[in-house]
Amino acid sequence: MNEIIIVASLGILTLLAEIFNFKKLILPLVVAGLAANIVVGIMEFDLASYYNDADTLRMIESDLYAKCFMMLLSIIALVWVLVNYNFFSDETNQTDHLALILFAIVGGFCMVAYTNFVMLFLGIEILSIPMYVLAGSNKRSLRSNEATLKYFLMGSFATGILLFGITLIYGSIGSFYVYDVRMKTASVDFTITPMFTIGVVMLIAAMAFKVSSAPFHFWAPDVYSGSPTSVTSFMATFVKTAAIAAFMRLFITAFPTAIESYKNVFFILIIASLFIGNIIAVFQTNAKRLLAYSSISHVGFMLLALLCLSEATSLKSLFFYTTAYSFTTLAAFLVLKIVSENASGDDDISVFNGLAQRNPLLAGTMTIALLSMAGIPPLSGFFAKYNMLFMALNHGYLWLVIIAILASLVGVYYYFKIIIAMFTRNSTDSTAIPLSLLQKSLLVLLMLIIITIGWNGWVFNLI
Amino acid sequence: MEIIKGVPLTSYILLCSMLFSIGVLGVLYRRNALVIFMCIELMLNSVNLLLVAFSRYYSDSNAQVFVFFIMAVAAAEVSVGLAILMMIYRNTKTTDIDALNKLKF
Repeated sequence: MNEIIIVASLGILTLLAEIFNFKKLILPLVVAGLAANIVVGIMEFDLASYYNDADTLRMIESDLYAKCFMMLLSIIALVWVLVNYNFFSDETNQTDHLALILFAIVGGFCMVAYTNFVMLFLGIEILSIPMYVLAGSNKRSLRSNEATLKYFLMGSFATGILLFGITLIYGSIGSFYVYDVRMKTASVDFTITPMFTIGVVMLIAAMAFKVSSAPFHFWAPDVYSGSPTSVTSFMATFVKTAAIAAFMRLFITAFPTAIESYKNVFFILIIASLFIGNIIAVFQTNAKRLLAYSSISHVGFMLLALLCLSEATSLKSLFFYTTAYSFTTLAAFLVLKIVSENASGDDDISVFNGLAQRNPLLAGTMTIALLSMAGIPPLSGFFAKYNMLFMALNHGYLWLVIIAILASLVGVYYYFKIIIAMFTRNSTDSTAIPLSLLQKSLLVLLMLIIITIGWNGWVFNLI
Repeated sequence: MEIIKGVPLTSYILLCSMLFSIGVLGVLYRRNALVIFMCIELMLNSVNLLLVAFSRYYSDSNAQVFVFFIMAVAAAEVSVGLAILMMIYRNTKTTDIDALNKLKF
């Protein structure tokens, strides 16, 4: 709860600071505020579920699940703001962007902690509306314009479907409160009506859209490649983590028993995400589009946790997977951002040519990040995939595990395409890429996180 | 009021499903961004109508409060959407979504 209050007031403060001409102070203040938010979160970690949801009119609950994901989201947000320091520092409308980001973070917090469908809807919208604006923040660029319009139209379309789903569920249950839904659906005299089924399927479709799982992924590559790189990295890490956490929470709180009835839907989502994500990524020449398709394939892995909800390790696996995935993606996007800014905004894969000679630190970080995404041991991406597949195997889905492994083998090919370009190709421009101290320390930090996070399993056992 | 109370719930569900379907089809088939906005609004408003109908059926005011939330969010969404459309119109001089085809496979 405190997280929401801190970040929301930080957002309002940012807007006020613009009026009172404290522009220079805003960015350090926001960084300090986000850091303070993490400290408060850690200090209150043991108090998880101290606030029960009756205090918040049965809207939000800070249980362990919400607390863990809020901490993860706070850390991603802080690292993101530090990584994209220059996205804000040299712009005329930096306060608007910062305020929008801060409010989007509040939306993400609501999405991982809701106990009421109203709050789920509000969280999604509080997160999405700032993202629509930020996706189009490069106002003169037609690509950015197109990205924001596509994101907006498809996002609000998905919102409409989500709302209709919620309404149909309300119509058959009579309450928006997730634990009421759980109680009613678990009772013996509850018969599954067509209305309820359609509602749940619409809800799943809308959430699958928000996490950009295939076959609802069509917006993701376009929006990712058209938006400014900083915003893309926020979408690929923060928004995706919040959305998948909200999707998971839907099933652990509202319909824990329903997952067996809808498992065919999840088979389609998982298999389509794994194959479409990995196979189409092979043909991409734009690095941002490639990372977008790779993120779709990662969603396929994350959805395995939803499918095997009854396993004891499913929450742990999902939490660890999102943690590993987010930091890996942040590192990859940081390198991409620095490299493409150096090549005057070009984000084709060819900008990576000869990066190992131009800047070994950048090339090293990118290699570690890509190897982690491909699932090479001993990096965190390997442990994330291992936990997921082990859980699915325990649940008896051997065929799904084989499909997932085959699909991620295809993934190794396109990740290595970038690595080979960095180490063997020659660049047309062989000048060294200068890095600031902040960028250097962030690269090293992210690299260390990616390498070590999976070793002793403390992240895995946190939740 | 008496006449409205006499309408069975099924009729509301049918009407709202039809309105929602019209909205969905409009989003899928129309090519003008403004008309697509209106179709999305139609989808949201059909949800509002259905929520109010259910609210009466269950005598539960939660759904009516939710309607206000949806209206507020829809207003925010449309204001952002119109701003996006204005920005695009300045750059391309059209609101046809087929004009935006820079991002492709």
